[in-house]
Amino acid sequence: MRIVVDFDLCESNAVCMVIAPDVFEVRDDDFLYVLNEEPGEERRAQMEEAVQRCPKQSISIQD
Amino acid sequence: MRGSITIVGASLAGLRAAETLRRDGFEGAIRLVGDEPHLPYDRPPLSKQLLAGDWDVDRTLLTPPQKLEPLDLDLYLGARATGLDVAARELEVDGVSEPYDGLLIATGARCRILPGTEGMAGVHTLRSLDDSLAIRDALDGGASRLVVVGAGFIGAEVASVAVGRGVAVTMVEALSAPFGRVLGEEMGAVVADVHSAHGVDLRCGVGVAGVSGGPGDLEVELSDGSVVGADLVVVGIGVVPNTDWLEGSGLTLDDGIVCDGTCLAAPHVTAAGDVARWTDPRTGVPLRVEHWDNAVEQGRHAARRLLTTDEEAEAYTPVPWFWSDQYDRKIQLAGHPGPGDEVRVVQGDTAGHRFTAFYGNGGRLTAVLGMNRPRHVMQGKLLLEAGATWDEALEAAAGWG
Ligand SMILES: Cc1cc2nc3c(=O)[nH]c(=O)nc-3n(C[C@H](O)[C@H](O)[C@H](O)COP(=O)(O)OP(=O)(O)OC[C@H]3O[C@@H](n4cnc5c(N)ncnc54)[C@H](O)[C@@H]3O)c2cc1C
Ligand code: SF4
Repeated sequence: MRIVVDFDLCESNAVCMVIAPDVFEVRDDDFLYVLNEEPGEERRAQMEEAVQRCPKQSISIQD
Repeated sequence: MRGSITIVGASLAGLRAAETLRRDGFEGAIRLVGDEPHLPYDRPPLSKQLLAGDWDVDRTLLTPPQKLEPLDLDLYLGARATGLDVAARELEVDGVSEPYDGLLIATGARCRILPGTEGMAGVHTLRSLDDSLAIRDALDGGASRLVVVGAGFIGAEVASVAVGRGVAVTMVEALSAPFGRVLGEEMGAVVADVHSAHGVDLRCGVGVAGVSGGPGDLEVELSDGSVVGADLVVVGIGVVPNTDWLEGSGLTLDDGIVCDGTCLAAPHVTAAGDVARWTDPRTGVPLRVEHWDNAVEQGRHAARRLLTTDEEAEAYTPVPWFWSDQYDRKIQLAGHPGPGDEVRVVQGDTAGHRFTAFYGNGGRLTAVLGMNRPRHVMQGKLLLEAGATWDEALEAAAGWG
């Protein structure tokens, strides 16, 4: 499972960061950084939550 | 639940509800009825990227066609729900009645019209894709003077896009402070300052007495007797929930569709998004929220509610939040600021237009406001969800870098 963010869409509102702060981080420069592009399979439900909650639908999971 | 579910309103809440039903394994027919001719699209870009000309229309689609197709929805676009009989479990679409097993209503809201300007050329409101394109056309056509009536968030976004295109903007607000109704006077003044710094001529505490003329040659007469010339006028003075078609349906209507704490409006009928008024059992206050995130979350909740029994039903208790993009600032608010709240800036400074502020009342944190501080607002939202006290919140904020 690989986390891919479309940075053209991302608006840095940090919704994903609240769901998984160890995977997504919005830094002081207001940009989103993906800290862990391959969270383990046991995190799938949480990653899907981030995909659904992202206001811009900019996160996707690639298997 | 077996059978078929009908969703009225093919926009944010309605589409996210349909997606949730499928994700949760509902295999029956899903009818999605919407009166706009377009595939479901997103509204926030209408006053931002689309209006600025940075995005084309395709980018505003909520779900691209290739992702829409596997959902196997029966899409009825350009179709208007015209009546409902809750007792008979029948929905009328364009005059034809059809039975439903479950019904989710997400008909949203429409713009309030400035009295005396209905249908007037050159005077715009902004709710739909077509509205946005009409304003964009006027700007493309060389409009150089814009009057925005009502200093709300949508009007403020239109103002900021217009300023970015070199247009002279006058913003007229009847209240003494812009955004005061939502942010309170103090923080409202900070946002006002952002607009003034970009050259917007902000007139507060004055109403509009009348508008005359036509596109390119409009005159807006204010209640203080002054007259402002404009090439176009954009009116943003709030919205009215779309419930007219529900008169006599058996549902309770009171500035929205009145629901219980679980988003249920009547047996087998739920409502979500801008049109829904529900009572959060935590606060006991009936609420209608006109934010993007609420439409998504409530759409999902109302969809699941149709699939659960009364015994299993869960209350809908979100901490609302919204964002607004103005110039290069992102304003975000989480929670419910109240009129008597204490306001404290906990990070950054208001003069620099980059800060985080807390609202508090009765020893509790009530809301968090950020200007270009997305991370803090979301961390603050977690505090609100946890019911943090004022002191706990301040302590947490002290550790935010
Ligand atoms: C220009 C603009 C910018 C915005 N920017 C932001 C922002 O930056 N941040 C934020 O948090 N929120 C923003 N919002 C608010 C957000 O877009 C709304 O809260 C959200 O669209 C509500 O979704 P909804 O599905 O409840 O209603 P709507 O989006 O209003 O959709 C309701 C749909 O139902 C249809 N309908 C109505 N009556 C009928 C009927 N009888 N039969 C069939 N169909 C019907 C309508 O035509 C519409 O398509 C913005 C809104 C606008 C207009
Ligand atoms: S939730 Fe989406 S838009 Fe927001 S920061 Fe995360 S990826 Fe970007």
